[in-house]
Amino acid sequence: MSARFRPAHADAPWATLLVAGAAVLVAILLLALPLAAVFVEALRRGLPVAMAAIVEEDSLAAMRLTLLVAAITVPVNLVGGVAAAWAVAKCEFPGKRLLVTLIELPFSVSPVIAGLVFVLIFGAQGWFGGWLQAHDIQVIFALPGLVLATLFVTFPFVARTVMPLMQEQGRDEEEAAATLGASGFQTFWRVTLPNVKWALLAGVLLCNARAMGEFGAVSVVSGHIRGETNTMPLHVEILYNEYQFAGAFAVAALLALLGLITLAAKTMLERAGRRHSRSAT
Amino acid sequence: MSATLASGGPSHVAPVPGLGLTLGMTLAWVGLIVVIPLAALAIKPWELGVAGVVQSLADPRVAAALGLSFGAAFVATLVNLPLGLLLAWAIVRLDFPGRRALDGTIDLPFALPTAVAGIALTALLAPNGWLGAPLMAVFGWQVAYTQAGIVAALVFVGLPFIVRTVEPVLRDMGRDAEEAAATLGATRPQALGRVVLPALAPALLTGFGLAFARSVGEYGSVIFIAGNMPMATEIAPLLIVIRLEQFDYAGAAAVGLAMLLLSFAILLALNLLQRALRRGRR
Repeated sequence: MSARFRPAHADAPWATLLVAGAAVLVAILLLALPLAAVFVEALRRGLPVAMAAIVEEDSLAAMRLTLLVAAITVPVNLVGGVAAAWAVAKCEFPGKRLLVTLIELPFSVSPVIAGLVFVLIFGAQGWFGGWLQAHDIQVIFALPGLVLATLFVTFPFVARTVMPLMQEQGRDEEEAAATLGASGFQTFWRVTLPNVKWALLAGVLLCNARAMGEFGAVSVVSGHIRGETNTMPLHVEILYNEYQFAGAFAVAALLALLGLITLAAKTMLERAGRRHSRSAT
Repeated sequence: MSATLASGGPSHVAPVPGLGLTLGMTLAWVGLIVVIPLAALAIKPWELGVAGVVQSLADPRVAAALGLSFGAAFVATLVNLPLGLLLAWAIVRLDFPGRRALDGTIDLPFALPTAVAGIALTALLAPNGWLGAPLMAVFGWQVAYTQAGIVAALVFVGLPFIVRTVEPVLRDMGRDAEEAAATLGATRPQALGRVVLPALAPALLTGFGLAFARSVGEYGSVIFIAGNMPMATEIAPLLIVIRLEQFDYAGAAAVGLAMLLLSFAILLALNLLQRALRRGRR
């Protein structure tokens, strides 16, 4: 090997160095610097100021609301996503491709439109606005609106991570289980779920990160009432617009940490998934 | 039992159960969260009547906002094509210290909430920011609060889409074709331009479509850096928000519907282009 000439397709060392250097430069300028800016700006006036902005009353209320919205939306999209993946990957029915297209549709819809559609239905001048007002039910500018808008933008995450894997694994094992007399639920719990658990977890993580970090869609339906309908990203916006930059970046740093943890966990889960599929074959 | 096994065609395998239940759940889930709400978007504008919709969209502010959203998304995605290719190449083909760290940073824009990215980019590119100050001092360029700032934010948002669609194709491609080209006497630029790039073209197009679709509708990372001046730096999603605040629901829906139809038309065109590319290669 060492006696071989440099293969014809390989680049000169200086070219490799140049390309690697350019790539690293792009990554630093475009990707790492914005992240660094969040933490530097958060700590600009010292850790105590940053901490004070995080444990302040309205900020804690925003955190509670963000956790609540995620706790409702993630399970709904988890169950829906798994059911869809099962139907598409393990069964036959007409219109499958249309269904898959519809499931992925929310990814190409603007978050603002995701909020808008629910205002059109439930807002004061929306389809059910009058009826809701007459019955004193508030959807828009309240928790249900935040949940609906978040459900829309996080809709495809679980389905999209689990469905390709389930399709790849085929239906032999499920058919064998069914032939041996297992019920649908038994087959799911004992055969299918163990095969896709890592991908499923990664999908849930991504769904959760987006649910907690969503801005555009919830901004449309929130009403921006401090301490009541402000999620964490909306709280960042309010602080920023009030020129409380240290506070805005402190809460933003917390959200950035959530993103970083999600990213690290996703990488670990992908590795676990690869190990799993290697040991299975 | 043994008789059925002996005659053994696939028709004797029990079908996987649960179609009724899971399909029912799926249809309820898709219907309530995606289909009915989008139907509302398609129906609501027409409360104004056809003439009213036309009048609502004929507002020069609408044309300016749509032009800005689609134009900035197009420019940013175009910028991202070579940048994404460069990063994917470095991750797949090169071996250097820090390659894995580089790989890890690519997904940052996916993971960072858009509002966080928005204020971070504004802080960086503002006239007194880390990047904004030197750009101002050396070139006299102001990026934040101009259309250039919007493009910069969309470059950040769209970059991982290109890298992550090109990367697996580049990995699967191997180096055989390049090696063959080199053996046949092609220079390195020839091999890259005529062998590698055409093979990556479909993936680049897919990445372009994904990044473009995301950039057109982007709100959180743009709104802080945009300046938001009507006719100049006001993006279409912001115009929707403004119309909603004025209780012009139908007008807001008209802009939203126009945005969606335009971007679907562009995605469809990209799809057709990609099919033509694939056929051409065969």
